[in-house]
Amino acid sequence: MSRQYTIALAGNPNAGKTSVFNALTGARQHVGNYPGVTVEYKEGLAQHQGRTVQVVDLPGTYSLTAYSPEELVARNYLIGRRPDVVVDVVDASNLERNLYLAVQLMELGVPLVICLNMVDVAKTRGLKIDADKLSRLFGVPVVSTVARQNQGMSELLAAAVELAESKPEWHPLNISYGSDVDQGVAEVADILQGAQERHGLLSARWLAVKCLEGDQEVIERVRETPELAEKLLPVCGRVAGHIRSTMDDDPDSIIADYRYGYITGITRQVVSSEREVRMDLSDKLDQVLTHRLMGPIFLFAVLYGIYNFVFWASEVPVVWFEQFFGWLGGAVEGTLPPGVLRSLIVSGIIGGVGGVLGFAPLIAFMFFAIAIMEDSGYMARVAYIMDRVLRIFGLHGNSVMALMVGGGLSGGCAVPGVMATRTLKDPKARLATILTVPFMNCGAKLPVYSLLIAAFFAHRQAEMLFLLTLISWGLGLGAAKLLRVTLLRGEQAPFVMELPPYRAPTMKGLVIHTWERTWQYAKKAGTMILGVSVLMWAAMSFPGLPQEQDAAWQKRIDAAPSAEARLELKSNRAQDELAGTIAGRAGRSLTVLTDPLGFDWRANVALVGGFAAKEVIVSTLGVAYSLGEVDPEHSQSLSKRLAAEKGWNPLKAFALIIFVMVYAPCLATVVMIRKETGTWRWALFSVGYNTLIAYLLALAVFQGGRALGLG
Amino acid sequence: MTPEVTLRQLKPGQRAVVKKVGTGGELGRRMREMGLLPGTEIQVIGRAPLKDPVEIKLRGYNLTLRNNEADFITVEIGGEA
Ligand SMILES: Nc1nc2c(ncn2[C@@H]2O[C@H](COP(=O)(O)OP(=O)(O)OP(=O)(O)O)[C@@H](O)[C@H]2O)c(=O)[nH]1
Ligand SMILES: [Mg+2]
Repeated sequence: MSRQYTIALAGNPNAGKTSVFNALTGARQHVGNYPGVTVEYKEGLAQHQGRTVQVVDLPGTYSLTAYSPEELVARNYLIGRRPDVVVDVVDASNLERNLYLAVQLMELGVPLVICLNMVDVAKTRGLKIDADKLSRLFGVPVVSTVARQNQGMSELLAAAVELAESKPEWHPLNISYGSDVDQGVAEVADILQGAQERHGLLSARWLAVKCLEGDQEVIERVRETPELAEKLLPVCGRVAGHIRSTMDDDPDSIIADYRYGYITGITRQVVSSEREVRMDLSDKLDQVLTHRLMGPIFLFAVLYGIYNFVFWASEVPVVWFEQFFGWLGGAVEGTLPPGVLRSLIVSGIIGGVGGVLGFAPLIAFMFFAIAIMEDSGYMARVAYIMDRVLRIFGLHGNSVMALMVGGGLSGGCAVPGVMATRTLKDPKARLATILTVPFMNCGAKLPVYSLLIAAFFAHRQAEMLFLLTLISWGLGLGAAKLLRVTLLRGEQAPFVMELPPYRAPTMKGLVIHTWERTWQYAKKAGTMILGVSVLMWAAMSFPGLPQEQDAAWQKRIDAAPSAEARLELKSNRAQDELAGTIAGRAGRSLTVLTDPLGFDWRANVALVGGFAAKEVIVSTLGVAYSLGEVDPEHSQSLSKRLAAEKGWNPLKAFALIIFVMVYAPCLATVVMIRKETGTWRWALFSVGYNTLIAYLLALAVFQGGRALGLG
Repeated sequence: MTPEVTLRQLKPGQRAVVKKVGTGGELGRRMREMGLLPGTEIQVIGRAPLKDPVEIKLRGYNLTLRNNEADFITVEIGGEA
């Protein structure tokens, strides 16, 4: 078999790379993550005349410098893996800016095919582009395409394979940056020439240009050879200083000027504008959708609409999932004899994973809604509208979406919320957002609120929920600000951001986006969470009651006069059992800490269990207050019980609500934070940070309230 | 003489030509790679509800930047409002 060719797709964000990728590879694709960074890559296979070609979708970048993880990933892929051909997907309706990357690819010297995409959009804007001339001027094949309609895809593949078959060498393009810079580049390149073999196939000139641009990665690499660095870096410094003093500008900005100059020289020859469009449809839409009054109203309506849509659409499938896991649990219960194994499978595995996977439909619809916002171009406007407010707290306009999804309007989920921070490019703002998401009132906290509100604030239910929403935003934003002035202190990264034109999303694109993200979520639930669910189950089951006690309970139960009494005794036994388990003992020893908050051991056990998933809090309270199984959705009996229980009062309930709102994010969220930040450090930090804040707040509420005579 | 002002001072609809991008570092680099350099024609499309950030059109596409970033960009007003 002949060797398989590899084609890498590069291009600006939003130029249509993923659409080209999907059109070329169909469903045969694989999504992964580059090690250490959260930049995704996708690989897939395409067929061309009976031969299989590997296609790689690189992250979207505007440039090939080394200042963002995306750019580094793309550049290192090209240099390290040397794909046979690079296809640069270029947005024809926005040619100048898109060619900036193309020129850098040519300067690097990769074998290039230009995919002139979105020619349909260019046409509607009255732009005529002479693709043949562009091809002649650049000396690379150019193929016109409309990726979302699969137009030009086979031609594109043919051109790429043809180029690959010619076994092309790398041919770096040399463009002039003006005599001063050119001279400096030549001087630096001379020194590098000697050390050429160390840099493999990269041209000395390219490396010289990068050194003068102050490219940290390349300079780092030079430093690895001390003799070279000793000679080279002083020369770089001198040349750069000379350029700065004669031209009154940094070398990298002069180089950029010349690159754009070179591009404008070419676009002048290939693009002709039939008519000048000053305000296109997209601009007119912006006049309305980002209008001072209409903008925020529309934004609020959209977010509100998303919630209603997501809950409405997922209601039925969530019930199916619940029923399925219920049925599965029942089936196992029916086949296995009672005992540890059955309990492990039913409560530990099926209960734990089912509890998290049960949310999958809801999360899928949430991702679907996000995909619509992203693919339509509205997401960038959300950031644009909200940036001014969020900046105050050290966050970014794009943080809004993550916070909303995480439960900003009550009822989201922190897991997709954390995943939604990927649109944030500023690393510190992104980290601060990730750590803020768990403060929001996710769907799993709501049953706890409703239980306690029904028990102690029954006459003020709606107001309480609204108040809790406000509190969670206040605390979340405050916690973000605190992080941004302490651990995550630092300049805000540039906001400068493209506002892509509004587009109608395609169903195919939406489905693929939704599926990829939902699958990632499900995979997490299936692996990590499985392990920890089993651990939590063990903590809440072992050690069981000693034999003689159990026998004593059994005797009493058997001797119970009525079914009612028997049920009550069974519940009491469950409570007794729980008290003796590891979790129960932990709950007891934690009372040292939680006494000042007013929490007894039963609340503690529930909170410990709630770390696995917040839903567990209500059901554990049920067991602890010997009510047997309590369905979180129907907890009236537990409400009544708590309201009547001595030692419970509204103040204590409120302290507990605040604690539940803020304390350690659930396991699934912790795992997702680990995944999205790349280290356990931040995941564990969030557990500690949130729990500490929760503790202090609950303490302040309870003790403060008591001091005011409320408790 | 046309007056030289910064991008922050432009009103929606106004067109101008960039004279100078007075910042280096990451911000300057980012502006450059987005094609915001001396000689570039721009038009202000609008401002966000709280008057910040600003949306501009250049080279046939739309870009947004914060007012404190727009301060670094000196422009010469040209074309009608
Ligand atoms: N009209 C038109 N729209 C297109 C074309 N190609 C892609 N699109 C749309 O452009 C939008 C962006 O396309 P993507 O394929 O997601 O772009 P991308 O380059 O992968 O973007 P990033 O992953 O953000 O870097 C989607 O809404 C596509 O449906 C085209 O040829 N014509
Ligand atoms: Mg993409």
